[in-house]
Amino acid sequence: MNEIIWHGRGGQGVVLASEVLAEAAYLQGYKGVTSAPTFGPERRGAPLSASTRIADEPIRIFSRIERPHIAVVLDESLFDTMDIAGTLREGGILIVNSDKPPERFIPGKTNSIRAATVDAVSIAREYRLFVGGAPVVNTPLLGALARVWNGIEMRNIERGMGFKMSPPAAYNNFQAARSAFERTLVNGGEGREE
Amino acid sequence: MSDVRIITGNEAAALAVTLCEPQVLAAYPITPQTKIAELLSEYTEKGILKAEYVRVESEHSALSVLIAASTAGARTFTATCSNGLLYMHEQLHWAAGSRLPIVMCCVNRGVGAPWSIFNDQQDAMSQRDTGWIQLYCRDNQEIIDTVIQAYRIAEEVYVPVMVCYDGFILSHTMMPVEVPKGEEVKGFLPPYRPHTFLDPERPCTINPVFFPWRRENAEGVLCDGYMEMRRKLQNGLERAKGVIAETSREYAERFGRDCGGLIWTHRTEDAEFIMTGMGSIAAETTLAADLLREEGVRAGVVGIRSYRPFPKEALAQAMGGAKLIMVLEKCLSYGYEGGVASDLKAALYGTGVDAPVVGVIAGLGGRDVRIDDMLTAARESLEGLKSGQCGNRTLWLNCHGEE
Repeated sequence: MNEIIWHGRGGQGVVLASEVLAEAAYLQGYKGVTSAPTFGPERRGAPLSASTRIADEPIRIFSRIERPHIAVVLDESLFDTMDIAGTLREGGILIVNSDKPPERFIPGKTNSIRAATVDAVSIAREYRLFVGGAPVVNTPLLGALARVWNGIEMRNIERGMGFKMSPPAAYNNFQAARSAFERTLVNGGEGREE
Repeated sequence: MSDVRIITGNEAAALAVTLCEPQVLAAYPITPQTKIAELLSEYTEKGILKAEYVRVESEHSALSVLIAASTAGARTFTATCSNGLLYMHEQLHWAAGSRLPIVMCCVNRGVGAPWSIFNDQQDAMSQRDTGWIQLYCRDNQEIIDTVIQAYRIAEEVYVPVMVCYDGFILSHTMMPVEVPKGEEVKGFLPPYRPHTFLDPERPCTINPVFFPWRRENAEGVLCDGYMEMRRKLQNGLERAKGVIAETSREYAERFGRDCGGLIWTHRTEDAEFIMTGMGSIAAETTLAADLLREEGVRAGVVGIRSYRPFPKEALAQAMGGAKLIMVLEKCLSYGYEGGVASDLKAALYGTGVDAPVVGVIAGLGGRDVRIDDMLTAARESLEGLKSGQCGNRTLWLNCHGEE
């Protein structure tokens, strides 16, 4: 089972990103997929997360994800408030929306995780993806995820978006995700993980 | 081709209700049930669901509306949870006593005080004795399948059915759900035929004051008194055991999915250690059982789908080989122990199954239920069994404070 956690702030679309990933994973043939928001009230701007579980067999676990395989961070200011890298499993992947190099997000003593960054804000601006005046960074990060994790293919992310958005929005968001796929920086090389 | 959608538990419930074509709906929104009320309102507005959606100011009124509508011959639906369900309490008794086949979803949530919007099963448990059938779902697929079955069960035995599923854990978590076709559901679910029809052409009083004794009616026929009526309600629920099992079997034949009827089992054939529970926590125990098997423990799970009627015979049979039983439940009877543990012990009395029953109170007010914690509780109890230290006791899972 693969456990992916999406960290963002209320309004950034962590829930939608998790849902698109769940759709994409199911289309790819995984029998077990769940997507859950942080349970409880939501406030715009407050830290919140969403989680996706992906497995070959139906999911039978509903507890909170404590040690994710992959953490996707939509807002790098969240690093000031929580130890995201520290919760990752051995060999886990950290994906951050940032214009900084990925090495910056690997804590000194940890060598076992991989990090990737993508400047999703710039990409959202290029593709004119805005909600309420703020750039939409969730869908570009799906492209970054597909770049560093072998478990999901871009063509299924495209189809997954089709389930969650109107055709023009899905097209535009996918173009942004594809651009993010190309522009994601990965520490220690370009290879996708097996 | 099958229609699989990745949806939340609330979406599954709303789709199931739509497929059953109720004619009157009334609901008052309450977290985490709200989405069902919203979706059914939307479907009604768009004409996808040809029903009367009655807006009400409270849960008490929601069920009052359905009691009237059901008495007039309409198929009905509502949904609530927690303090909303408690506010319905008086009408829950009334609906069951009137033998009205109302179907309701209870999106299980803890009750205040202190205030909580998060999951446990104290709400439904506290309504155990109202005369409703209670069915628990372990995932979103079971929600859609159980709601459809609930109408058939309710309308067969004339007892209202509460379809219970865990708030947030299922109501807000998306997972793949196969959605049956409308025509297939129609074939499975015959139209509702009311037992007593409130008809303006033939005015009558239904449920007036009953006396402690039996009385003759205007035609001189000796009629039931209150106690006979109540005995019939009990008989209805007893008869529901067979109907629930049979409905589940026929549903499985038609739709290819079996929720198990009264109970479901996981690796119990040779199991010496049996875990049991209701809803999503029971699904999680199957994972714990698989992990315990890897350690050499002959572990299995018996999931309780029908809490009322309580499947006494089925449970005693399924637990026949148990040397230790562990009940994981998200509710308790304060001053005693978990309700399921109590009921199970009483059900096993005199059956020859004399395994100790360890009660585990877990997940109150949404407290995370972790597989690791389940495993620890299981291992400790198994150790206790070996050293003769394991009696009928109650543990609190992942909870701080004094024992």
